Amino acid sequence: MKLSDFIVSEAIIPSLASTDRDGVLRHLVSSLADAGALPRDAVDEVVAALVKREQNGSTGFGKGVAVPHVKHPKVKKMAGTVGRSEAGVDFAALDHQPVYSVVLLLSPENAPQQHLQAMNIIFSNLQKDMFRRFLRQSATREAIVDLLQEADQGK
Amino acid sequence: MPTASIEVVITNSHGLHTRPVMQFVDIASRFASEIKVHKGGSEPADADGKSVMQMIILAAEPGTPLRIDAEGADAAEAVSQLAKLVEDKFGEE
Repeated sequence: MKLSDFIVSEAIIPSLASTDRDGVLRHLVSSLADAGALPRDAVDEVVAALVKREQNGSTGFGKGVAVPHVKHPKVKKMAGTVGRSEAGVDFAALDHQPVYSVVLLLSPENAPQQHLQAMNIIFSNLQKDMFRRFLRQSATREAIVDLLQEADQGK
Repeated sequence: MPTASIEVVITNSHGLHTRPVMQFVDIASRFASEIKVHKGGSEPADADGKSVMQMIILAAEPGTPLRIDAEGADAAEAVSQLAKLVEDKFGEE
């Protein structure tokens, strides 16, 4: 699996306006709906599920990145997007540091294997120092799309 | 240093997704021992049992064999508790 298999380029937000977690989650989910990757009437429920998920345990795993994710019946096809914050977002991260890069993943309920593979490819990249640094520095949607493509090509 | 090792199989229906990983790392981190997890099967891989990121990258699906290796004074107790967590399906189905 590749990042480009599920990251919706049009939904990438290179400059997040919100600096609070719930606002960022809503912004990213709405962006996926705007891009046609999620039914509009699913946005509220999916955001609520993501917030609940974060309350149960932060997906801010440290090093300035967070990977909010949820399996939800209203999600018919796996879809992901990326948000970048210059100011930093309080995700109640495990290392108590602000989050600058958010990779959001929405999965259908009935495809756990596919979900694991997507998480695998997301974390394989986020674990690389260079990938995290470039992602944080990519100020435009095009720059982020290029970075994801390069990651898919194994550069 | 004492060592201990045990083999288990992932049996919960959603596999080693984030919540089980967090539980695993939470328990592993209570022990002084170094804990390594080796994923068997068709795509073998290794992870530090105390690293959330490395454990998620394993992406172990149901049916995947795991070997848990510990090295340290509390190695035996560590593998015993971690194996129980996996065998209890992380409290899932």
